[in-house]
Amino acid sequence: MMTSTSLVYLIALPLAGSAILLLAGRRSDKWGHLLATALSASSFFVGLYQLSLMVGRTNSDRPVTQKLFEWISVGTFKIDASLMLDQLSICFVLLITGVGTLIHIYSISYMSHDPDRRRFFAFLNLFIAAMLLLVLGDSYLNLYVGWEGVGLASYLLIGFWNQKPAYATASKKAFVMNRIGDMGLSFAIMIAFATMGTVSFSGVKEAAGHTSTAALTGIGIMLLVAATGKSAQFPLQAWLGDAMAGPTPVSALIHAATMVTAGVYLITRSNFIFDAAPTAQLLVVIVGAITLMFGALIGTAKDDIKKALAASTMSQIGYMILGAGLGPVGYAFAIMHLLTHGFFKAGMFLGAGSVMHGMNDEVNMRKYGALRKFMPITFATFGLGYLAILGVPPFAGFYSKDMIIETAFNSGGAKGIILGCVTLLGAGITAFYMTRVMILTFTGKSRWDEEAHPHESPWLMWLPMAILAIGSVTSGYLLSHGDTLVNWLSPLFVNHGERAELLSPVVVSGLALAMVAIGVAIAFVKYSRNEVAAVAPTDVSIFTTIARQDLLQDRFNEAVFMQPGQALTAVLVKTDEAVIDGAVRGVGRIALGSGSALRGIQTGFVRSYAALILIGAVALIAAIWVVTQ
Amino acid sequence: MIDLALQVGQTAAPEATLFWILAPLSVVAALGMLLVKKAVHSAILMAFVMIALAIFYIAQGAPFLGIVQVVVYTGAVMMLFLFILMLVGVDSSDSLTETIRGLRPIAIIGAVGFGGLMVSLLARATLGRNAVGVEAVNADGNVQGIANLLFSTYVWPFEVVSALLITAALGSMVLAHHHRIQTRPTQRELSIQRFRSGSLANAAGLPAPGVFARHNAVDVPALLPDGTAAAASINASLKARGDVLNSSAFELGTVDTSAGEEK
Amino acid sequence: MNAANYLYLSALLFTIGAVGVVVRRNAIVVFMCIELMLNAANLSFVTFSRINGDLNGQVIAFFTMVVAACEVVVGLAIIVTIYRSRRSASIDDASLLKR
Repeated sequence: MMTSTSLVYLIALPLAGSAILLLAGRRSDKWGHLLATALSASSFFVGLYQLSLMVGRTNSDRPVTQKLFEWISVGTFKIDASLMLDQLSICFVLLITGVGTLIHIYSISYMSHDPDRRRFFAFLNLFIAAMLLLVLGDSYLNLYVGWEGVGLASYLLIGFWNQKPAYATASKKAFVMNRIGDMGLSFAIMIAFATMGTVSFSGVKEAAGHTSTAALTGIGIMLLVAATGKSAQFPLQAWLGDAMAGPTPVSALIHAATMVTAGVYLITRSNFIFDAAPTAQLLVVIVGAITLMFGALIGTAKDDIKKALAASTMSQIGYMILGAGLGPVGYAFAIMHLLTHGFFKAGMFLGAGSVMHGMNDEVNMRKYGALRKFMPITFATFGLGYLAILGVPPFAGFYSKDMIIETAFNSGGAKGIILGCVTLLGAGITAFYMTRVMILTFTGKSRWDEEAHPHESPWLMWLPMAILAIGSVTSGYLLSHGDTLVNWLSPLFVNHGERAELLSPVVVSGLALAMVAIGVAIAFVKYSRNEVAAVAPTDVSIFTTIARQDLLQDRFNEAVFMQPGQALTAVLVKTDEAVIDGAVRGVGRIALGSGSALRGIQTGFVRSYAALILIGAVALIAAIWVVTQ
Repeated sequence: MIDLALQVGQTAAPEATLFWILAPLSVVAALGMLLVKKAVHSAILMAFVMIALAIFYIAQGAPFLGIVQVVVYTGAVMMLFLFILMLVGVDSSDSLTETIRGLRPIAIIGAVGFGGLMVSLLARATLGRNAVGVEAVNADGNVQGIANLLFSTYVWPFEVVSALLITAALGSMVLAHHHRIQTRPTQRELSIQRFRSGSLANAAGLPAPGVFARHNAVDVPALLPDGTAAAASINASLKARGDVLNSSAFELGTVDTSAGEEK
Repeated sequence: MNAANYLYLSALLFTIGAVGVVVRRNAIVVFMCIELMLNAANLSFVTFSRINGDLNGQVIAFFTMVVAACEVVVGLAIIVTIYRSRRSASIDDASLLKR
């Protein structure tokens, strides 16, 4: 594999920005945000440069590595801190730095009234560096460092306004639920090390051929647990809605475009494990399908625009996970949906931020309405993202989502038909709740509060939205035209050859569009014809109530995990006080007692100290005398 | 002297004679250091011990160290000791009664234990071992031999020690430096102070010591016009030491005080 | 003559010095006793040098002398400083560590 010396700059530039901003403190308040944006952009240009180099080489020469230093060296077990950039990583690098830079630019304006803007940018840069480390690490251990790094950055940014207790709790919730996934990743690494003796991607890939299926299934399930934690998949999805407590650019960057897709990256990267462990792969598909429906159902009931978008994110990542679980044919489509989703969902989040910006940080969609006239640019960019997520041709989602639906149908047997129906239904529900968001926000009558004065956002905010909107329109066509992305990624995956087609692409597209049309129509009938109440009605069906409460996931977690956990903690606290504190205090008392006993020899006279030294010397010599006898 | 000591060192019997004369003397001098009251006497006994050690060095084939010992210790260090003694008071003397209860028995027991153990250890360790002697390594000269080692193997410690010396010199200067808290009074201020002190007795300055025409020593008080001794004419430190002579011998027998002042 | 005799002498002088440090109260005499201990150690080094037939011991003794000189300079400066503030050269008077 070829080596490169410039990979490290991808990570080092934003990391340096974060360090400078945090260390320089208030001195950098004036220029910190500009520095952070510039460093993120320069990292993006390094990525483009790497891409240009990579395109110029033949398929087998494309991956490059760079060894930074020897990290762990224990006997024969060696791990280098080294980076690897291949066809898969470069997609992520460009998505992270590209979307990241746009969101930096957006945040300059969005956060301009926040006294802590510098800290915000420091954390953003930290996130970019950690996320790049995650996708550039050449072993599971290096990936793990980045994995924890993005978790930290996510925690810091969700709780950015931690003066509000609810936001601080939300960040804690996200962190704790992510820990469960992190445990899964560390277990996967440990099993891989125990059975294969290596944790590097290439080493594991090689060893996967002659490792027992049981071990591979174990690793695969643990990797799936990790992915569910980070990507907010069932059953660890509950944190994503609360994560919307963070500033909106954070939701756009971390909780829509990049970090939450790390699970998809992990599964795609570990394709050699899942290909050899069908049970684990089936679980991946099931998790993806459940989350897809779960997120879509939650999305229909949320009145908070950001939470509705978060539920949509959850659902769309469910599509990606499902795609990744379909094996070699699905990986590339999962990645394609990930990239297009990165564009349109980030664009929609930025649009939501723009709406909030104009509406005094109001997030309740029932208090919006008729904003189309006041925010034409936001409406246009949001609308393009809306068309993209619906899968209307020729927007991005049409290409990527239809590919996944088609692959699901064609995966064979009853499984294929069930998965196909689930994805089709999901597309319909997606159309319903996204139309609902559009109608409640931009059309109809205004239901604003008295003091709201909606206005279009400054150009620093709408420019990134516009660029992302262009991406949502074109990216799908560009990536799928002539199978660009599939061919680009194909050297990474083992190809099993074509399977029999159950439904042709045209039929699938027709079905999907029909579902979308039904969803849109229902939403129109329900929200455009009828008056929308500014306060959420309470006399609703039991299903709406349940959906509003995130399908009772939080209640379940509280009853099954939290309360027994708290009881256990109470017992532990008692034990701690009685046994451990008792022991510690006993040691303290011993020290105190011996101290007051020995205080007698402290006379303050130098001569008595000298006499003690003399006695000590005599004792030493006596010891030597005895020993050398 | 050096030649004599060198020759003595090379032959067994004379060295033994030298040792058996000087060693007891130096032990006695060291013990004397402990027991005499006055610090000055201790210093002189210390100087004797050091010179004796210098002779032992020379006798053992270390003439360089012997000379350095004389120059550094009996020359510089002992001078410094005497100088400080002068500052602190030459006459200062200890009472040898112990004030910390139980310290003296501890010291004696400790000393006996230490000495006894050391001697018995030495007896065991050196049993039957013959000295190699430094004649071979001193073939090119003792100074050259030490210089070879100092500037090769020990050159780094040597430099460090030089830094230590400079630091010590600077440190002692800092320690001994006296900060004046108030400004030094000018002559003008002093004279204003004299006139405003309430009495004009000392306005013209203190009387000079000595009895005019009869005696001019600083330790003899001047006589006042009425024939009594003027205590203010003697330096305060002489008074504190009790070194003031009686000037009554120079008093006038009688002074006729009956004659009234003419007006 | 047996070179070990010098070692015995050295041990004796060292012991006397140690007792002096404990027993005497005049700071200057205490210092002289410390010097005596250092000199006794030096005598041992010179004797070892002779017993082993190399000059390393003498070099060490040389270093000891330099360090001792430093120590005397600083120590006496401390004594002068204490004397200036307390008008006393007795080390028992400087017993603030207790209180």
